[in-house]
Amino acid sequence: MAVIEQPDERTETALAAWWRHFRYVVSENPVTLFAFCLFGMFVFLAFFGPWIVPFDPLASDTSSALQPPSWKHWFGTDNLGRDVFSRVVVATRLDFMIAFSAVAISFVVGSVLGCLSGYYGGWTDRIVGRSIDTIMAFPLFVLAMGIVAALGNTVENIVYATAIINLPFYTRVARAEVNIRRHAGFVDAAKLAGNSDARLLTFHLFPNILPPMMVQVSLNLGWAILNAAGLSFIGLGVRPPAPEWGIMVAEGATFIVSGQWWLALFPGAALMLAVFCFNLLGDGLRDLIDPQRRT
Amino acid sequence: MKRRDFLKTSGLVAGVGMFPMLRHIPASAAGRDNTVVVVLPNGPNSMDIHRSGTNRPSYAIAVNVYDRLVSFGSKTLANGTTMYNYEDIVPELAESWTLAPDGMSMTFALRKDAVFHDGSPVTAEDVKWSFDRAVSVGGFPTVQMKAGSLEKPEQFSVVDPHTFKIDFIRKSKLTLPDVGVPVPIIINSKAALKHATEKDPWALEYMHRNPLGGGAFMVDRWDPGVQIVYKRFDDWKSGPMPGVERVIVREVPSASTRRALIEKGDADISLDLPARDFRELADAGKVNVQGAPIENSMYALGLNMNFEPFKNKLVRQAVAYSIPYKEIFEAAAYGRGVPMYGGKSMKPATIDWPQPYPYDTDYNRAKELLAEAGYKDGFEVPISFNLGFADWSEPAALLVQEGLGKIGVKSTLDKVPGANWRTKALVEKSLPMHMKNFGGWLNYPDYYFFWVYQHGHLFNSMNYRNEEVEALVEATLNLPIDDPAYEPNIKRMLEIAFDEVPLIPFYQPFLDVATQKNVKGYEYWFHRQLDVRNLSKGDA
Amino acid sequence: MNRFSMIGRRLTQAIPSIIGIIIVTFLLTRALPGDPAVYFAGPAADEQSIAEVRAALGLDKSLPEQFWLYLGDLARGDLGVSISTGRPVLEELATRLPASLELTLVALVFAIGTALPLGILAATRPNSWIDHLCRVVVTAGVSLPVFFTGLFFVYIFYYIADLAPSPLGRIDIYFIAPDHVTGFFLIDSLIAGDLETFRAALAQIILPAVSMGVFVLAPLARMTRASMLQALGSDYIRTAQASGLSRSKVLFAYAFRNALLPILTTLGMVFSFMLGANVLVEKVFAWPGIGSYAVNALIVSDFAAVQGFVLSMAILFVVINLAIDVLYTIVDPRIGMEG
Repeated sequence: MAVIEQPDERTETALAAWWRHFRYVVSENPVTLFAFCLFGMFVFLAFFGPWIVPFDPLASDTSSALQPPSWKHWFGTDNLGRDVFSRVVVATRLDFMIAFSAVAISFVVGSVLGCLSGYYGGWTDRIVGRSIDTIMAFPLFVLAMGIVAALGNTVENIVYATAIINLPFYTRVARAEVNIRRHAGFVDAAKLAGNSDARLLTFHLFPNILPPMMVQVSLNLGWAILNAAGLSFIGLGVRPPAPEWGIMVAEGATFIVSGQWWLALFPGAALMLAVFCFNLLGDGLRDLIDPQRRT
Repeated sequence: MKRRDFLKTSGLVAGVGMFPMLRHIPASAAGRDNTVVVVLPNGPNSMDIHRSGTNRPSYAIAVNVYDRLVSFGSKTLANGTTMYNYEDIVPELAESWTLAPDGMSMTFALRKDAVFHDGSPVTAEDVKWSFDRAVSVGGFPTVQMKAGSLEKPEQFSVVDPHTFKIDFIRKSKLTLPDVGVPVPIIINSKAALKHATEKDPWALEYMHRNPLGGGAFMVDRWDPGVQIVYKRFDDWKSGPMPGVERVIVREVPSASTRRALIEKGDADISLDLPARDFRELADAGKVNVQGAPIENSMYALGLNMNFEPFKNKLVRQAVAYSIPYKEIFEAAAYGRGVPMYGGKSMKPATIDWPQPYPYDTDYNRAKELLAEAGYKDGFEVPISFNLGFADWSEPAALLVQEGLGKIGVKSTLDKVPGANWRTKALVEKSLPMHMKNFGGWLNYPDYYFFWVYQHGHLFNSMNYRNEEVEALVEATLNLPIDDPAYEPNIKRMLEIAFDEVPLIPFYQPFLDVATQKNVKGYEYWFHRQLDVRNLSKGDA
Repeated sequence: MNRFSMIGRRLTQAIPSIIGIIIVTFLLTRALPGDPAVYFAGPAADEQSIAEVRAALGLDKSLPEQFWLYLGDLARGDLGVSISTGRPVLEELATRLPASLELTLVALVFAIGTALPLGILAATRPNSWIDHLCRVVVTAGVSLPVFFTGLFFVYIFYYIADLAPSPLGRIDIYFIAPDHVTGFFLIDSLIAGDLETFRAALAQIILPAVSMGVFVLAPLARMTRASMLQALGSDYIRTAQASGLSRSKVLFAYAFRNALLPILTTLGMVFSFMLGANVLVEKVFAWPGIGSYAVNALIVSDFAAVQGFVLSMAILFVVINLAIDVLYTIVDPRIGMEG
């Protein structure tokens, strides 16, 4: 008699179950798969970029300035003779670092603030709420502009400015979700079991509020990169000669009219692809975690 | 059908003489020929050059809307560009002037038929009030007047309604040219006094928005931040009648857009494009690019004497040998300038100014000097530049950084916003290594040294002090150029500058302007603003 | 009555925000690099004259003292004088705000007009290729920096195709601005009955408005799709369909009206973004609005101008949110009923 293999529900590991769900979501929505692959490629480039590029992204060579794409220089050269392809690839690291640091900071700080204000209420809630309202009252880019102009345009300050303007969302969601569950059964049970408030917040409440936040994280990653690009355009971005997509697009933009389109197009395409990838990733994550919330 | 052609043929004429009622400026061919459209990055922020806080583009108002006693003639360069002639002082409001026999005063005979824009006649009273104002308001105008030894109202007197006299404090070759710079404008004092108050005797508040001049053009409308429109003053007597009736000067912040506009023919004159665009436009040949070297001006690197390594002359010379001059000339100037490197000898042969300093790229020499000075392992230094000049400063700074790297000196780029630049570079003089771009209005080398090499003076951002130079500048500033002591003094100053090299020049920049082929009469002026009085439109 | 009390309550709730805004704005501008005293003292001033100017400007006083003076000025409506343009800041804002608002509103109209139909279309055919296509298209729009889109449009439509007018600002050189009624060129020219000027102003505003609008298509379209889907899946829709009402009636009279609320919320966020994006678009198109003014002001550390700009933007935003809250009550009569 043939033995029919069936997935044994009891012994299937959590990981295997998750993988099965993942494959289902991806097959429903091929665009998500595309997004995940793209993300993987970017991460690879961010880690290994500097080692695999043909030219030194900082080395100038004015005799071969402003050359169109060719076999030697796949993306052409810029006004100082630097290889655009190498710069675009190496820029992945800086841009991803800016995006991930900014979002990580705002995620962590925002969640903590939100959890605390949602759990304790009272004055904590009021103070945090008012501060968040103040931040939210400013048009976001204007606030980022002001912060970077006041503190100076270093990478750290750009990260901090982006983190601050993204703070309110995480705080609000965390606060709302913790507030709802504050008196839920499992929370009371955990309290009875002797958990301290800190443990309660960290291990019991926080995991429940992760789903809506995760999606916003991926959207914010894209927004952080675009924000840095906008700051570069008005002269408040990273300092030269650091390769960063935003500043390469901003500087390359002035060369479009004179016909040297490659200076702006390739970093612009890379930037767009990265943000695109993050946005689609957000959709995919949403499907993975909580398909009902899909928009 | 192209949009431009549509406008031309649609004939939106509502009545030429009814200008204020006009909805549209006539777009017929004749209409356009009488109008010149200029685009530039920033416009004026005041109508009054004497007011504090007035920006550079406002000087154009002083040039076009007000008269001065004298002006400068013109000459043509080898490359076809017309520029003002520093040595040729020509009448404007004053028909003639005579130096007193003792050389200590000058009397100006004013035109009898000159009128202000409101129709009232111009008298010597107006001239005296205007000169008094210029030396009394303080700030930049007063300092500029001082450069020509015009310091006190007591120096100015009215001999009769059409004769004006200036008494000198000292004899100076700079006095007469200083009367022709934009600052000593002739204001309609009768109209101004109507708006003067106890607290504001010079009517600064009113004249900030309302010009009271008698120059070749009037301000037809001023939309701050958008445009300024000049209209010809048909009763102007102080010079030949301008060739165009109306000049529209539009603010377009984006350089790419300004370039697109001139290339498509939607603008007649485009100012302040990046050097690269000018070179490409010149090569393409569809528009005229006229470039004149900006007089008495150099783009250079300043080394601060308060920074420890730079206290040693050998280190400064090492830096001078490590700069990739040719690459900077290519990548920052795009060839639109005069190289200021590669001079033949440490002793200047002539007193031409600016002239190339005797340094060129030589990394071995640089390394030797550095080792000799005891800095074999190099040091670290930030290279600062003004964000507003990033066009040329940034590529230059990047290349300097590379050159320094080759001799073991590590550097970082420090972009300083324009607001902060003045304070840090010129007032506090705290930047160890920075880009410099000073250019003097009065075209003498001693004038440059006065501002840049004299200890404590504003543009001496290097904190440089040399007793011999101090003495030489003092002695030379007021000497006429045909004095036997003049030339040797200048040569000695240059020799010291070459040797000590607290300032390392890259190149003398061009002031470039792109014009449509049918626009004639553009002239380069030391104040670098557009003088619209000679413009005309002819056949291409 | 309930609606008014709700508005009153919202206003009171907004006051702490406004206080916070004023404080933050003040601190921010004082932290800006650069010294206005140096600027005003002029090119050739020495230490002493700079110190004099600083005293005259009141910048040598302590921070709390300066704040107090600042509050006093604000109460009088005196926002100071702008260094860069020499005009009172209030006057600058009054002339420039309509320019930016006009641009933002036209961009919003474009965005709504494109995103809402797209969202509805996607909602009626969920998971089809149309749905995925809509998603990809709007996501592409939101993935490019807004200034890049603007410059790209200028290059294609003006420089190459000669379709768009020169990006010289609100109105072409050969036209004079219509008489000031609202400050909105489109409206003022219609009021004056001047169709030529109207067409000229419209031609100038299309490209910058579309550049800005493209960027906000995504959040609007997505939110429309999501809330339409939710509305379409609900009981009352099924009842309406079962009752035999036509498809369009079901869609627009019932589903859409109920789906409006979340879309309104997104509108608030979109508007906030646009007020910031003005800065970038205005630079590209030489638009004499509040954004380009702010950028110039930042670069020359024009305290008064930056303060005025940030303050007016924030207050505008608070007002917009209030307006949206009021719209809520109109769209959903249940809301005003809450205590």
